[in-house]
Amino acid sequence: MDDLYRQLIIERYKTPHYRGHLDPHDIFFEDDNPVCGDHIEITVRMDDADVVTEAAFDGHGCSISQAAADLLIEYIHGKKLDEVKALTKDDVVDLLGIDLGPVRLKCALLSLKVLKAGAYGLSVDEVSDELVE
Amino acid sequence: MTTTFDVNVLRADFPIFDREIGDAKKLIYLDSTATAQKPTAVIEAMNEYYRRSNANIHRGVHTLAEESTAMYEKAREQVASLINAASPREVIFTRNTTESINLIAYTWGRENLDSGDVVILTEMEHHSNLVPWQMLAEELDLVLEFVPVTDDYLFDMDAYKKLLLLEPKLVSFTQMSNVLGTITPAKEIIQLAHEVGAITLVDGAQSVPHLPVDVQDLDADFLVFSAHKMLGPTGIGALYGKMDLLNAMPPFLGGGDMIKTVHLRSFVPNQVPYKFEAGTPAIAEAIGFGAAAEYLQNIGMDAVEAHEHDIAEYVLERLEEVPGITVFGPSAENKGGVASFVMDGLHPHDIAQILDGEGIAVRAGHHCAQPLHESCGVKATTRASFYIYNTKEEVDALVEGIYKVKEIFG
Ligand SMILES: Cc1ncc(COP(=O)(O)O)c(C=O)c1O
Repeated sequence: MDDLYRQLIIERYKTPHYRGHLDPHDIFFEDDNPVCGDHIEITVRMDDADVVTEAAFDGHGCSISQAAADLLIEYIHGKKLDEVKALTKDDVVDLLGIDLGPVRLKCALLSLKVLKAGAYGLSVDEVSDELVE
Repeated sequence: MTTTFDVNVLRADFPIFDREIGDAKKLIYLDSTATAQKPTAVIEAMNEYYRRSNANIHRGVHTLAEESTAMYEKAREQVASLINAASPREVIFTRNTTESINLIAYTWGRENLDSGDVVILTEMEHHSNLVPWQMLAEELDLVLEFVPVTDDYLFDMDAYKKLLLLEPKLVSFTQMSNVLGTITPAKEIIQLAHEVGAITLVDGAQSVPHLPVDVQDLDADFLVFSAHKMLGPTGIGALYGKMDLLNAMPPFLGGGDMIKTVHLRSFVPNQVPYKFEAGTPAIAEAIGFGAAAEYLQNIGMDAVEAHEHDIAEYVLERLEEVPGITVFGPSAENKGGVASFVMDGLHPHDIAQILDGEGIAVRAGHHCAQPLHESCGVKATTRASFYIYNTKEEVDALVEGIYKVKEIFG
């Protein structure tokens, strides 16, 4: 357990670095985890070369979902849109640095799902778990 | 009422309690409302069937087929006996509570309900007693009405009486909420429904495992429940129905076993209960179901209820002392062994995960009762639930675990 709750996750949960909402923005998306009602929204600003200059997340949920969102937003700063589109589940697992079972993995991947749906410009009905496989 | 069995002796019947979680933590299983653990008697009944008697049932005349058929039908008797059905033929084997409710909706419902008819449910129903009626309401243009939960988390009898003025055709309600633990006054609900000519469906998924349930005393028209929540295997459940109702209902799935005769363009359905058991059923599981019913009857459902009442009282008392905790549900006298709670500033997943690290299995989420959570004003809760094998020491361990959660996130 103490593994799952390593210091980084608890810290980022309690005092996230990238919580907020950017206005104006180039990308906006939000979605829920239907099992627990967790919610994440992400806003992203890019420059003319489609490089992320600023990003933020907002929402509520368990420590894993919120810390994963915060770490993911940190990670995409300076990345190209194409790189953001290419992010996978393994990137998020690496950021968190812990092994997760199938249920908690869903929590961890909610922000990635939201981010990629936004990056691809999908509508809510088009979002599926395939995005983060 | 006093407990008449020794929990510590009884626990030896459940092999799963020999295992450990993570680094040598004792398993403390507080998730029986989702599914119960299985005693050796149940596991062995199924194994024995596969080892010695395995054959398809009904039409065979060889020894194994005869034995298997006898074991399958004995299981029906054991389940019927637990709920005091007038005849074992009133017990139909299904996959689970959910399938039983769907069966009633698709057969009795389609036959007997019509545009504008009122169906009464309650706000504390499991999704399995909501969605089938929502689907049927859409199809037949029914009106669904909901009995609310009072401020003390009880079935709102006054509101129910008012709804009965709408002359419902069906009242379908849970006898015990899987979130609040609320035990509803089933006998009175049924009697009042009958006075206005309504048929009653009792969701016994939580009551049959935990309370004495007597369908004749209740005068229930339908009672549905799942084996896996009452020490039996997954994949099998029951639908009890009064014989005259079952006889009048059209069949559900078509195929083998449910027919008396088949021609190329027509068939004559078999008698009850086979009319509703199309295809090869879950034979081993039925046998395990029977063994579970017998195991519970041997303990005595009064003793089961008394034990859980003790635990419910104790868990409420212990949780009350934890700062920042809110437990949803009525006081212990109207409550089964279920404690769903939220803690200030803490997410149910985090609570459940840290408790798991202590070997304690609880559930986090909406427990398939989203509308109920909405009316409680929360998205999700953490739920600890208790059964015959749980002890007060395990309640203490839960409370200690909760303090650990507070410490980590403090
Ligand atoms: C009150 C209640 N009704 C129905 C069900 C559905 O049972 P099953 O999933 O076995 O069909 C449950 C299971 O959680 C329940 O607690």
